[in-house]
Amino acid sequence: MQPKTKIFSAVLSACCLFPYQLASAAEDYREGINMPVGVTEISRSTYDLHMLITIICALIGVVVYGVLIWSLVKYRKSKGAKAADFHESTTIEIVWTLIPILILVAMAIPSTGVLRQIYDASESEMDILITGYQWRWQYSYLDDEGEEVSFFSNLATTDDQINGLDEKSENYLLEVDQPLVIPVDTKVRFLLTAADVIHSWWVPDFAVKKDAIPGFINESWVIVEETGTYRGQCTELCGQDHGFMPVVVEVVEQEEFDRWYAERQEEAAAIAELVNQEWTMESLVAQGETVYRTFCMACHQQNGQGLPPAFPALTGSPLTNGPIEDHIDVVLNGAPGTAMAAFGGQLNEVDLAAVITYERNALGNSVGDMVTPAEIFQIQSESE
Amino acid sequence: MATENVSSTYETYYVPDQSKFPIWASLGLFLFVFGMGNILNDIQAETGTGGSTIITLLGFAILGTVLYNWFATSVRENHQGLPSAQLKRSYVLGMYWFIFSEVMFFAAFFGALFYVRTWAVPWLGGEGDKGITNMLWPEFQAAWPVIANPGEAIFENPDESMAWTGWGDALGYLPLWNTIILLSSSVTVHFAHVGLKNNNRKQLTAWLSVTVLLAIVFLILQVEEYLHAYHELGLTLNSGIYGSTFFLLTGFHGFHVTLGAFMLFVMLMRTLKGHFKPEDHFGFEAASWYWHFVDVVWVCLFLFVYIF
Amino acid sequence: MSNVGILDGHDTHHDDHDHHHGPAKGITRWLYTTNHKDIGSLYLWFSLAMFLLGGSFALIIRLELFQPGLQFVQPDFFNQMTTMHGLVMVFGAVMPAFVGLANWMIPMMIGAPDMALPRMNNWSFWILPFAFAMLASTLLMEAGAPNFGWTFYAPLSTTYAPETVTFFIFAIHIMGASSIMGSINIIATIQNLRAPGMTYMKMPLFVWTWLITAYLLIAVMPVLAGVVTMMLFDIHFGTSFFNAAGGGDPVLFQHVFWFFGHPEVYIMILPAFGIISEIIPTFSRKRLFGYDSMVYATSSIAFLSFIVWAHHMFTTGMPLAGELFFMYATMMIAVPTGVKVFNWISTMFKGSITFETPMLFAIAFVVLFTMGGFTGLMLAIAPADFQYHDTYFVVAHFHYVLVPGAVFSIMAGAYYWLPKWTGNMFDENLGKLHFWLSFVGINILFFPQHFLGLAGMPRRIPDYALQFADYNMISSIGAFLFGFSQLLFVFIVIKCIRGGKQASSEVWESSHGLEWTVPSPAPYHTFTTPPELPKRVHS
Ligand code: HEA
Ligand code: HEA
Ligand code: HEC
Ligand code: CUA
Ligand SMILES: [Cu+2]
Repeated sequence: MQPKTKIFSAVLSACCLFPYQLASAAEDYREGINMPVGVTEISRSTYDLHMLITIICALIGVVVYGVLIWSLVKYRKSKGAKAADFHESTTIEIVWTLIPILILVAMAIPSTGVLRQIYDASESEMDILITGYQWRWQYSYLDDEGEEVSFFSNLATTDDQINGLDEKSENYLLEVDQPLVIPVDTKVRFLLTAADVIHSWWVPDFAVKKDAIPGFINESWVIVEETGTYRGQCTELCGQDHGFMPVVVEVVEQEEFDRWYAERQEEAAAIAELVNQEWTMESLVAQGETVYRTFCMACHQQNGQGLPPAFPALTGSPLTNGPIEDHIDVVLNGAPGTAMAAFGGQLNEVDLAAVITYERNALGNSVGDMVTPAEIFQIQSESE
Repeated sequence: MATENVSSTYETYYVPDQSKFPIWASLGLFLFVFGMGNILNDIQAETGTGGSTIITLLGFAILGTVLYNWFATSVRENHQGLPSAQLKRSYVLGMYWFIFSEVMFFAAFFGALFYVRTWAVPWLGGEGDKGITNMLWPEFQAAWPVIANPGEAIFENPDESMAWTGWGDALGYLPLWNTIILLSSSVTVHFAHVGLKNNNRKQLTAWLSVTVLLAIVFLILQVEEYLHAYHELGLTLNSGIYGSTFFLLTGFHGFHVTLGAFMLFVMLMRTLKGHFKPEDHFGFEAASWYWHFVDVVWVCLFLFVYIF
Repeated sequence: MSNVGILDGHDTHHDDHDHHHGPAKGITRWLYTTNHKDIGSLYLWFSLAMFLLGGSFALIIRLELFQPGLQFVQPDFFNQMTTMHGLVMVFGAVMPAFVGLANWMIPMMIGAPDMALPRMNNWSFWILPFAFAMLASTLLMEAGAPNFGWTFYAPLSTTYAPETVTFFIFAIHIMGASSIMGSINIIATIQNLRAPGMTYMKMPLFVWTWLITAYLLIAVMPVLAGVVTMMLFDIHFGTSFFNAAGGGDPVLFQHVFWFFGHPEVYIMILPAFGIISEIIPTFSRKRLFGYDSMVYATSSIAFLSFIVWAHHMFTTGMPLAGELFFMYATMMIAVPTGVKVFNWISTMFKGSITFETPMLFAIAFVVLFTMGGFTGLMLAIAPADFQYHDTYFVVAHFHYVLVPGAVFSIMAGAYYWLPKWTGNMFDENLGKLHFWLSFVGINILFFPQHFLGLAGMPRRIPDYALQFADYNMISSIGAFLFGFSQLLFVFIVIKCIRGGKQASSEVWESSHGLEWTVPSPAPYHTFTTPPELPKRVHS
């Protein structure tokens, strides 16, 4: 940065208290102080717009605060100032009504342009349905060919890190088990919705922030120009773990994407196969523990004690120890009107069978029965 | 202290002495809503509502008693000639602005109705800017009244709506009768007012009685209509957005009619006791303004809930 | 006593008329009072208590955010704190404070004997302690307090809410009733009880801004009542206003809420504009510049406030036309607000300025409110708001307009009128100390939050990524500095009530207006007969 600009900006920010320094310091300190420039055309336009309005406001600030400070210094009674007598002027009122209007028009024009561009989601090359859940994101690629690719993206930061028992990792709270993967330089359209409450999907580097509203679909789109990993967070208060549902997007070259996508399709096919495989109680309980920790622990707690009264204990609960049909029913269909979601549509048959079996034979329960993935498949297809 | 040059036209503004009413009214109101909240939560949690009901009734009793005495005191003060013309103007202004606040209360519900009809329901059905939403509800088709809800499993679809079906059935169409009844009651209360202003007590009593009667008939028909909706049309609060808007709008209107009818009834009782003078009858006027307001709301309801 | 001449010898207009005796003895004075000054004091004390309570909640928030990680509270309790902080500050601290000032000052400013409907006035007040007791008691209930933010978006506040939401809804209902009654009273007083000759265009600006505020309140509080009623029915009676499965829409909630909510934020700033417009001329010893345009600007702001609500909802995916309309309408508000700022500065320009405590707060108001206004304007730019929305940038914006805006104006007003209320001058040195601690504290507290927001920190989170650590720590330090400085304010007020230099009638060297014509402390009853207007009525 030029010394001259530096002095200029220091003076400005000192006298008007406004972050004019943002403007000149942006390049150096963008991380952690200013809006990111980002990696899409839209994010760059948004950044430019942001800088434009910041600077305009700063300049108005300089004038307004300048006159104010001048008056405070010059017209002090202690300095012998005598009050003048004027108290109105229609001309000047008109002037300072018109000038701001002109400034506002100057701001509105570029803003309108950017907004129209943001709203044009047509001609996308790829559609992804993003569903917000308490408290994770589900990404489903809307593609008619092959096995459907759909998965959940959960916070990967451990509880120990959050509770200060373990050192915090570099991307503390901004890391997930499975990121969304999209190809670079491709127009990807996001369709956003939610399964429970309103969430909001935000990646600052894309300048995409859109609410995910249960029962409705919102659209948004990106063409990312640089490969890399981009991080964001849920930005609509969605309950206790609102602060713990990050968004991570991996942007890769087209070939890499194709490879990844094919792999995911194979995996999906493999799961379909797993459903029909022979399962023992032990293998289900082992698998169930992982599922439980990812999906259920937030409410029912690690040891199954829950957080009564909001979240019931599973240890010793009549449902986890009673007839297995009722237990399956709660997990598949949820308890409407409560935080207990219908997991039937969220987890695959293997995970569902595993977590139910786990809950009956661990967490202090020992019912001794089990349900197989195939049986879950049976139940689900019957109810459809 | 200097004595003032009181101009001869000046009347002292009546500032009442200390009053016990407000604090008791606050306590009553509090107990009432606190009890109600408990009742609702008890029902939700499927526990007994006994204790909560007692609190609610106690609150209601306190509030009712206080308001009765409060109004009685104001009336008494008026008979003693304490309020100046200026204070009476304050009452008038108070009533105007109160009615304005009621208008805005209904505006919220009308706004909701307008929004769902113009935007939410079409979007859900695949029309308009957010029509892509229909992906989530492939079976749903936008129509008003909504007879088949998007999520049919959760909300019970009504069999039929309350909508106007044309002149053929007009004679058996309760809302039409109710419109006629309410509109005429606005006229009758006006006749009563004219009677009062001309110091024609007989005209006053007669027309006011007719008004109260019409109000009661309206309410009876309204109850009849609700029974019809619940038992024959399967239209309930649980029927999705059509039922929600229908019952909230007509229900709150009905509640206001009840209130207005009660006011008119009190005015009738006061009339029979010989209250009101041709040039001084704010209580009566307030009740009648309120009644006209309730009437206007109904006309909007009739147009936007039933007809269009 | 340089202005007695203006009054033509009529420096007192209170009399000892038959039933107009002094205050009753004991607690019943406060419980049963119909006196506008007593009721004003009740409101002000209540507001101060709520400010401390809401501030304590804020301090818990800032304590948890001092460092990354969860240290002190669980996430759900954090959300309860955020919600209760917002609700208590907005409905418990700021609004009642302005109503308290209105009660005290409006009758004195327009030469009225009291408020138009004195008994109802007392009712408006006494509902509040009950409403807030009910709201605060949810903190002690098993299910915990409301945890869905002060904006309580459905369905988080309906299907997914703790059962205490029912009490929250009823608390809002009765609070709304209190506000509506209070506003009806204020409007009726202003319309009906002005002293002869006090035409609308001669009213002090505080009265004007309150007239318009009261109108806004009567227009939007019922809408708030409507929206919580819909919630109540969705929760308990099976309706589907905010549930797509039944043909409703969660966004409908937001539209109705913000139709209330946006005018609500101007309800919290218009009376502040009024106070500042009283104070600046006094200490500049110069008439307010552009009185008429101030009135028109205030009205324009009020009008515009009804058609900008969806700027809080830019990210909900409104159709493009909606986004554009609400963006343009919102930007327009900068124009009348600018007029106000320019008029204040022109009032100081070529004045003869002194810097007593009220003036210091007023100047800080102009500077810092304008800052908050600038960030508001930035938020109004829809495409940029996609980046700002629901981040700490928004938190910084609204605290700049609310704390050094609304709260500073209340402090300024309190210092300005304290001598009139108590008859004693407050301790000017302590007042100045309070100002400087507050001024420095508030900027340390909220300025870094702009950076946090731009860098990507969402609001309403109990824990955050590591790159936000530094500014959060600074902000928390500022919070404690600012928070504890407010205890000094409490001390100054109490000290002033208990004694101090005797205040003259006009208190300040160049104060103008009817309230300065009565002795200090103002007698229990003022203007039982209408006063004759001094030559310069509005300052
Ligand atoms: C006292 C309260 C108050 C006041 C006065 C304002 C004033 C303004 N506010 Fe603010 N606002 C809030 C309280 C307030 N706000 C709150 C509480 C929220 C958050 C709610 C929540 O979500 O919890 C909020 C949120 C909020 C948002 C939503 C942000 C988001 O959630 O994404 C927006 C967007 O448009 C906005 C805009 C504005 C504008 C344009 C003004 C304007 O009125 C400002 C006008 C003033 C000026 C511009 C400065 C002076 C003018 C000049 C010197 C003239 C020349 C200037 C120019 C031509 C630029 N506000
Ligand atoms: C007028 C309104 C007002 C005022 C004055 C304040 C004042 C303060 N606010 Fe707040 N704030 C809001 C309105 C207000 N706020 C709103 C509407 C929200 C949004 C809520 C939501 O998201 O839903 C919000 C949200 C909000 C957040 C974001 C929370 C989140 O997103 O999770 C934060 C975080 O820093 C914050 C901090 C503060 C601080 C530190 C103060 C300080 O100014 C407070 C000063 C502190 C004191 C005054 C304490 C004094 C008391 C003591 C020292 C203890 C002594 C105690 C006794 C004697 C009992 N506020
Ligand atoms: C968002 C919080 C949340 C999550 C996550 C959650 N639950 Fe629940 N769960 C609840 C709530 C709340 C209830 C109580 C429902 C009721 O009141 O009927 C419940 C009830 C249950 C019950 C019935 C217990 C009883 O005694 O009534 C079972 C079994 C259960 N959950 C299993 C699971 C499983 C398995 C998972 C993960 C796959 C899970 N839950 C994840 C909140 C949650
Ligand atoms: Cu999901 Cu916040
Ligand atoms: Cu707003």
